[in-house]
Amino acid sequence: MRTEFRLSGSGGQGLLLAGIVLAEAAILEGKNAVQTQSYGPEARGGSSKAEVVISEDEIDYPKATDPDYLLALTADAYKTYGPLMNSGLIIVDSSVSLDAEIKARTLSVPILAAAADTVGKKVTANIVALGVLGGLSRLATRDALRKAVTARVPKGTEELNLKALDVGLGLAAQSGTPAGSLK
Amino acid sequence: MPKNAKLMQGNEACTMGAIAAGLQFFAGYPITPSTEIAEMCSEELPKFGGKFIQMEDEIGSIAACIGASLTGKKAMTATSGPGFSLMQESIGYASLCEIPVVIVNVQRMGPSTGMPTSPAQGDIMQARWGTHGDHQVIALAPGNVKECFELTFKAFVYAEAYRVPVIVLADEVISHMREKVVLPDPSSYKIPMRAMPTSPAGYKPYGADPDGGVPLMAPFGQGYRWHCTGLFHDESGAPSGKAAVADQLLHRLDRKIEKNVQALEDYYVESMDDCDVAVVSFGSSAMAALSAVRRARKGGLKAGMLRLKTIWPFPDQAIRRLCASAKKIIVPEMNLGQLVLEVERAIHGKAEVIKLGKVTGELFHPDEIYKALKEAF
Repeated sequence: MRTEFRLSGSGGQGLLLAGIVLAEAAILEGKNAVQTQSYGPEARGGSSKAEVVISEDEIDYPKATDPDYLLALTADAYKTYGPLMNSGLIIVDSSVSLDAEIKARTLSVPILAAAADTVGKKVTANIVALGVLGGLSRLATRDALRKAVTARVPKGTEELNLKALDVGLGLAAQSGTPAGSLK
Repeated sequence: MPKNAKLMQGNEACTMGAIAAGLQFFAGYPITPSTEIAEMCSEELPKFGGKFIQMEDEIGSIAACIGASLTGKKAMTATSGPGFSLMQESIGYASLCEIPVVIVNVQRMGPSTGMPTSPAQGDIMQARWGTHGDHQVIALAPGNVKECFELTFKAFVYAEAYRVPVIVLADEVISHMREKVVLPDPSSYKIPMRAMPTSPAGYKPYGADPDGGVPLMAPFGQGYRWHCTGLFHDESGAPSGKAAVADQLLHRLDRKIEKNVQALEDYYVESMDDCDVAVVSFGSSAMAALSAVRRARKGGLKAGMLRLKTIWPFPDQAIRRLCASAKKIIVPEMNLGQLVLEVERAIHGKAEVIKLGKVTGELFHPDEIYKALKEAF
């Protein structure tokens, strides 16, 4: 079965890294994974999108076609990609006001606030988001996610990022959303 | 899961393929979406005595690679459209002087600066005819991350064997994409070596069978003295304006590749044997196409997929052979219709050839190709 993730927000938020880590955790679980991206020419700011496709089978098309999960960390990303969602779940940061016109099931999660306050570093929001996606999709175990995070984050920040991962997993558990496929 | 399964980016796999083939020299000017190749070469090459130079521009980059190759080193540069345009003059020089060099062109939207971070496949004809005059090139188009490794390796094999510039014609999607890859065991690599003379005595730098022979290549700096010029030249390397010399040289260079078209053929096929409608594509467009073809087959439509890995020389005979049962052929590509011209030429009216171009700076969605397939049936 093919599961598609779209991680969207602003350049510099680390969503590409979160996508890479999610794909690597899935590979550690013996699954196939493909990660792609699209971004503007800016190094910071501008819109940024990373996509991850995870499957037990061969993946022929690498991009998300009808995402199972949309993560939107900014209002722009929510407004751009939210309307494209069908049966998948939107996970939007609590700082973004919801739009009644966007009909897909939506979970508002305080990802940016949890990174700043609970983890204590704003820049860990990407790994908090990774924890939320990992916890909701259950496509990778906590163990695999921890291994993948440790392998990719800058040296010396492992503990901080592992804490961020657990904060994200906690947010997923508290959301009351049943894990696994939504379609 | 195999222990060495790894999430790898196309550009990373390309660099590893080059290093596996014996890359010793990289000169380049970083440009999106090829930059990771330069970055990785700058880290990896010095570890084993290889050289990385960031040049002042792409003109200097390919010139430096040509110089390195003349001393016997395996050399590569990597770029995208704007840089590839600047390299054209020296690609002609490498063609005429028969200097092996590998050029990775990760295609992005053009012309000009275009859309730097967006995929396209608009350099098909530029790869073939970007430099002036009759000449042959080899161009290989990877269709996934693993093929970035395999085809870059192959590019060196061909460059060394035929003494030609070889172009790895990737695109932004393939080169930036990360996927699970298991690379072959390094002990299985057969590192390509160019044929070299054994003694400077009587060495003729361009002496070879007129029917597509490849001359022995003496490395500069090892006791051989020869002239390497972009003027037409005789067997000794000396410039010549004689009609017979020019005629023989250009025919030999042409035959060198032309008589090996079948040896150079490389493609992926699926469900082509009994297909009514074939999709012929390459690179990232072929990923969307394959998804559409599989969906069509599941729905009972006799669709087939032919993905070209070798673009140049164009595999006319393979196209005719593999598309024998097809009544219609759809050619999806991220340009306004380049490969389709070659397919039409090769098919020569035996099937209806349908152009499917896309120039939005986005990869095809499988639905777009599926729709074209449905319409064709």
